[in-house]
Amino acid sequence: MHNKSIVELSLSLRAGTFSCVELTRHLLARIRRLDGRLNSFVTVTDERALAQARAADQRLAKGDAGPLTGIPVAQKDIFCTAGIRTSCGSRMLDNFIAPYDATTVEKFNAAGAVLLGKTNMDEFAMGSSNETSFYGPVRNPWDLAAVPGGSSGGSAAAVAARFAPGATGTDTGGSIRQPAALCGITGIKPTYGRVSRYGMIAFASSLDQGGVLTRSAGDAAAMLGVMAGYDPRDSTSVDRPVPDYTKTLDEPLQGLKIGLPREYFGDGLDSGVAGVIDAALQEYRKLGAEVVDISLPNSALAVPVYYVIAPAECSSNLSRFDGVRFGHRCDKPRDLEDLYKRSRGEGFGAEVKRRIMIGTYVLSAGYYDAYYLKAQKIRRLMSQDFSDAFRKVDVIMGPASPTVAFNIGEKTDDPVTMYLSDIYTIAVNLAGLPGMSIPAGFCAGRPVGLQIIGNYFDEARLLNIAHRYQQVTDWHTRAPAEFGE
Amino acid sequence: MEWETVIGLEIHVQLATQSKIFSGAATAYGAPPNTQACAVDLAFPGVLPVLNEAAVRMAVKFGLAVNANVARRSVFARKNYFYPDLPKGYQISQYELPVVEHGTLEVQLGDNQSKTIGITRAHLEEDAGKSLHEDFHGLTGIDLNRAGTPLLEIVSEPDMRSAAEATAYMKKIHTLVRYLEISDGNMQEGSFRCDANVSVRPRGQATFGTRAEIKNLNSFRYIERAINHEIERQIALIEGGGTVIQETRLYDSAADETRPMRSKEQANDYRYFPDPDLLPVEISEDFIEQVRQTLPELPDEKRGRFVYEYGLTPYEAGVLTASRELADFFEATEKTSGGDAKLSANWVTGELLGALNKYGLDVTQSPVTAAMLGGMIRRIADNTISGKLAKQVFEAMWNGEGDADAVIAAKGLTQVTDTAAIEQVIDDVMQQNPEQLAAYRAGKDKLFGFFVGQVMKATQGKANPGQVNDILKKKLSG
Repeated sequence: MHNKSIVELSLSLRAGTFSCVELTRHLLARIRRLDGRLNSFVTVTDERALAQARAADQRLAKGDAGPLTGIPVAQKDIFCTAGIRTSCGSRMLDNFIAPYDATTVEKFNAAGAVLLGKTNMDEFAMGSSNETSFYGPVRNPWDLAAVPGGSSGGSAAAVAARFAPGATGTDTGGSIRQPAALCGITGIKPTYGRVSRYGMIAFASSLDQGGVLTRSAGDAAAMLGVMAGYDPRDSTSVDRPVPDYTKTLDEPLQGLKIGLPREYFGDGLDSGVAGVIDAALQEYRKLGAEVVDISLPNSALAVPVYYVIAPAECSSNLSRFDGVRFGHRCDKPRDLEDLYKRSRGEGFGAEVKRRIMIGTYVLSAGYYDAYYLKAQKIRRLMSQDFSDAFRKVDVIMGPASPTVAFNIGEKTDDPVTMYLSDIYTIAVNLAGLPGMSIPAGFCAGRPVGLQIIGNYFDEARLLNIAHRYQQVTDWHTRAPAEFGE
Repeated sequence: MEWETVIGLEIHVQLATQSKIFSGAATAYGAPPNTQACAVDLAFPGVLPVLNEAAVRMAVKFGLAVNANVARRSVFARKNYFYPDLPKGYQISQYELPVVEHGTLEVQLGDNQSKTIGITRAHLEEDAGKSLHEDFHGLTGIDLNRAGTPLLEIVSEPDMRSAAEATAYMKKIHTLVRYLEISDGNMQEGSFRCDANVSVRPRGQATFGTRAEIKNLNSFRYIERAINHEIERQIALIEGGGTVIQETRLYDSAADETRPMRSKEQANDYRYFPDPDLLPVEISEDFIEQVRQTLPELPDEKRGRFVYEYGLTPYEAGVLTASRELADFFEATEKTSGGDAKLSANWVTGELLGALNKYGLDVTQSPVTAAMLGGMIRRIADNTISGKLAKQVFEAMWNGEGDADAVIAAKGLTQVTDTAAIEQVIDDVMQQNPEQLAAYRAGKDKLFGFFVGQVMKATQGKANPGQVNDILKKKLSG
């Protein structure tokens, strides 16, 4: 059951091959039995999942089922869930139960999906390895010594380990694509504004975007169709119809123009990863695509620009965690200042504090122009680079990450090296473009992800391009040895 | 040395929207603490602001009324600081690109004097909640009902040169926002608050002196007193060899003085940056045109019309147009009175305003309606009652004894205009006061008033005073 795709599960549920309650019980049992090795869930919602499963079975019986009715999913613990703890991977919110559902959660509930639980993540989505979580690191199902990537590492590991056929994630600088790549699954970050941010705890508002992690592009299409759409509660969401992403998956790729940014294939790219990407491009040529060289001249500035803008926004977004209304409050505060200092000092971990400090610094009087304003200007130039590229090509491809999954603890003492693992994904967030990562092979036993970047609102095209590749390859069906059968 | 004062005002006007500027929670005043604060106002994790269009409409309305430039694109920014009644840890405000810029307002200073005050900008922002320091035994209570209430902050140019000018400007803005129906202007409830930037310089000097900002001026009475105190303080300081430092001072109305705020409270670096949760506000020509259509007759236009149409003095017209409700009251009174504008203006600015002030009522709360007052004035005009009797009628109406006709009937206040009856009373009075009559006839003209008084007393004030005068004159001179 757990190796079936969302499309297959939906057919089986409708056919009555097994019920949703059986399916849910099976996956909950897997999580209970195996997640001790991975730590991919912060909270497993057994009772609620079974109640939702029973409701889904009734809908299925009545013939009132949509494509996701009865499909078990996991939510990244950054999406608020009414009545269930939403920790955001932080001690600060270890006791936080939101009184409302995020729009994304509402949409999955309305579609009849079953919530299995909330997945582990880097604290407040700040990290590339899932090591900053208050609930401990998540391990990579392909190699328990390795990180799963981050920040949506729990979601990626849970999907790769066949705990859930799909999970939600958020991507501020690569937090869906990089863990998808490192865990050998499919992940899509849609265009900024395509998915509502309401109820999704903010890290960097102008960069954050919700998306999905699944094993195949077909499954991603089914999930994204439910998740995407305009939300009047989010001023930055875009009022534009959502196409049926599943309808265009099989479009031919004949004549597709793929751009390869030369900046994504230079120093710093692991040669093994480069080899896997080359082989994937060869498959695309066979499918009728043309591969051309392009340039994104400001690529080298992506990481520094990101580490000005994202911390600036997070320093302000995280001010609300002050120990006054919710979240962690220090014991017996002496006065207001003590309440603030100790609540925040105890509630936040080191990486979050580092970014709050960087952000506070770059917004300070006297530094704002040199850092924040300058970064915003370069951000516009980087968007311009992409616009220029999309005049010549239909999509851009390259590695999702410069290396395969690194070992737990390997980069924790060197933040800058850690930050560089997002070097190929960050620019996409700065420009607000949609991006995907799909499994393209292995290097030293660890998965490699191919990144596909599209023009604004080209999600259907990206999913189509990924799906065609998955029709002729089987990387996405491979399961980690310990979690396959 | 002769000193010149320079004053600029920042006025915070609470906009009269039904819901908050970035959430759907209600804005009504006086609800139990924290019952009008939703997840967005409480800044729960994951919530997002959505701009209330009604607040933008009101800001544009104000912009048009002061002939300002309405920005086609304005931007909300975050002003970051920690305070328990500021749930997000930042206030959403407008910083570099406000919605309204470069307006002017003409302020009347005396009967025929006026001055144009520049309005630098007006921007939209959200209010904070309230910290309640009493009743919590050494702890602080937080009420977030007010958090997220829309404010329009109106910043003037440093164009005012005296506390009186500043007060006149503040009153004019108050009048204007109420005319526009964008604020209830209620100062007790904090809907209309003012900070003043005050400096002094030797007369003739081109550059400004160092200014102090006085916060918390929430009544017309306080602003004049607070500014005058501050001017005296600064002059005394400079003349004593000291220098004014740029600082924020709080006006303490009980002690009637300004005091510096603790420096900690102002040592903030607000780290403004554009709010990434909100898109820039794009305002179209159509939108502006739509708002323009909703502009009422403005105070200055109305004042001019009252002078021209009703023949009132500029002073009377100014008093009557100070609020839209009072102007409406006057016009309704004038209409029911049968068109006696002068008498209507006298009664409204005199008896009516006097009584309202005495009881601390607003014109909309007046127990005497415009129809009642107009009806009474009609009875003066048609000689049913004299002006003197009318005061009794007014008082009875005020006390809820019915309209003018009912009061006149009930109290038998109808004026005596029967010449024969008046002559009879006069004859009686002359007969009863032979000494005074002789003295009058001997040239003691002053005694005329005595006879009028006696006649009025005998008729309980009901005799028509004009007729009494005429007949008395004839009869006394024999």
